[in-house]
Amino acid sequence: MWQRAGFRHFLLMSPALVALLLLFAYPISRILVKSLFDPHFTLKHYAYFFSSPLYIRVMWITIELSILTTFTALVIGYILAYVLRRARPGVRNIFLLAIVLSFMISLLVRNYSWILVLQRNGVVNIILKYFGIIDHPLTLLHNRLGVIVGMTHIFVPYIAFPIYSVMMGMDLNLEKAAQNLGASRWQTFWRVTFPLSLPGIGAGALLVFIMALGFFITPALLGGRKEQMLSNLIQIQVVDLLNWPFASAMSAILLVVTLVIFFIYNHFLGAERLWGGVKT
Amino acid sequence: MSGKRGKGTHWHDPLHIGWPLWVVSGSAIFFLIVPVLLLVPMSFGSAEIIEFPPTRFCIDQYRKFFSHPMWQSAVLNSLQISALTSICSTTLGLLASVGLVWGKFKGKGFITGFILSPMIVPLIVLGLAYYVFLAKLGLIGTKLGLVIAYTPLTLPFAVLPISATLRGFDRSLEHAALNLGANRFQTFMKITVPIIRPGVITGALFAFMIAFDEVVIALFICGSTAVTLPKKMWDVIRYEVEPMLPAISTLLLLLAVFFLVMTGLLQRRVARRMERK
Repeated sequence: MWQRAGFRHFLLMSPALVALLLLFAYPISRILVKSLFDPHFTLKHYAYFFSSPLYIRVMWITIELSILTTFTALVIGYILAYVLRRARPGVRNIFLLAIVLSFMISLLVRNYSWILVLQRNGVVNIILKYFGIIDHPLTLLHNRLGVIVGMTHIFVPYIAFPIYSVMMGMDLNLEKAAQNLGASRWQTFWRVTFPLSLPGIGAGALLVFIMALGFFITPALLGGRKEQMLSNLIQIQVVDLLNWPFASAMSAILLVVTLVIFFIYNHFLGAERLWGGVKT
Repeated sequence: MSGKRGKGTHWHDPLHIGWPLWVVSGSAIFFLIVPVLLLVPMSFGSAEIIEFPPTRFCIDQYRKFFSHPMWQSAVLNSLQISALTSICSTTLGLLASVGLVWGKFKGKGFITGFILSPMIVPLIVLGLAYYVFLAKLGLIGTKLGLVIAYTPLTLPFAVLPISATLRGFDRSLEHAALNLGANRFQTFMKITVPIIRPGVITGALFAFMIAFDEVVIALFICGSTAVTLPKKMWDVIRYEVEPMLPAISTLLLLLAVFFLVMTGLLQRRVARRMERK
């Protein structure tokens, strides 16, 4: 009985599954094949990647920038979620609206706005100069600062929402109880509030870290030569150097790392949690 | 009197937020919103050079944008591609969500993961993969090619809101309809669809939005014959100085506001339906 019903439901899913297999899994698997056969089986592209100091450095830059931006977004997102949980409904709605709006605005537009704000004759430098704080414009763009600012800006909502939804389910009486038992505010936070919000932190931070590892737009637009990440290198290999097999090998490395983290995520938290984002 | 610990009689209200937290969180909201809002006044400035603060008020940038054939075709391409993508992934997503939420079978977690995985595969990997794949089919630089690439990408964004509404849907309504003599198809169209419609529309909107804003895959497969709006914007940001981008950004900002209002209204409708039930 269940088996028949199960089969029917499986049939309903089959168009999506077939589409994904043909138009998603197959094209990606071709990349893996391309990276391994040239024309016979070889690991030379991977060997080249892992033996070249340049690529190892880019890999470290990618990991470093991903950790940094995940951390900055986590701090900002956590504070926002914390305040949202405690704010009056009116303030809360304004804050929520602002975060969701920022989340929905085109990525390109958001990055472009940072160019206008941070460039040499951009808004920040104009304002600082106007008030006589600086004589010469600061370099805020095409360096590490620009990339971190741009990526943090994009990631904050992705982290704030899962933490917020966990916090909404939190009983604030626990904090009262802790204080009643003699804990200071600081102790209450670290011993009660923070541990209870860990599931939200885990969900948000893991998602953002995955996104950061494969990020392309922001390093390309706001970064300098020293902030180019794996994604940017892949594009350069393809567009400028037409080195398909090597670009495929780099893509495969990026893909495998991402998928491993995703499956850990899916296993422990369930991928539907990714939606934390827009459920508000 | 400040509530020192150990007193036991006076404690800190958990709902109270001290001024430092207000300052920090207010700055965070400022950081999220203001840089983008700055584009609005700039969009009404000169169309020769981007100024801050703008020295005169005019709508030259908008005029230039709307009269430029290249931008027109980019907008048109993007609208067509995103609409078609949204239809495809919403249809596939609706069927898949019904199966996922109501079906009982082994490996559900894995299949859910598979259906949602396009949202975490790095776009650059997809760009490369579709370049190779579509080149073989001769679909580089075609709208069809972009729809093929965007349908899997947007599928998770359709599935998530649809399956969320399905989960809140009371199936006894269906049984009631069946008992009253409706057949399965009638029941689905007359009972199920109207109830889950807000979720489906939300899914369709999200799929549209993702496709309308996608640039990384577009860089690889647009060619010069199916240039989308984000691809065109990308080229301009990277390689030219084009003082009408603030105007385009402002229009996209308005679009985001529109989507925000729409999804907000739909969400409210879902909530109300669930209450009524």
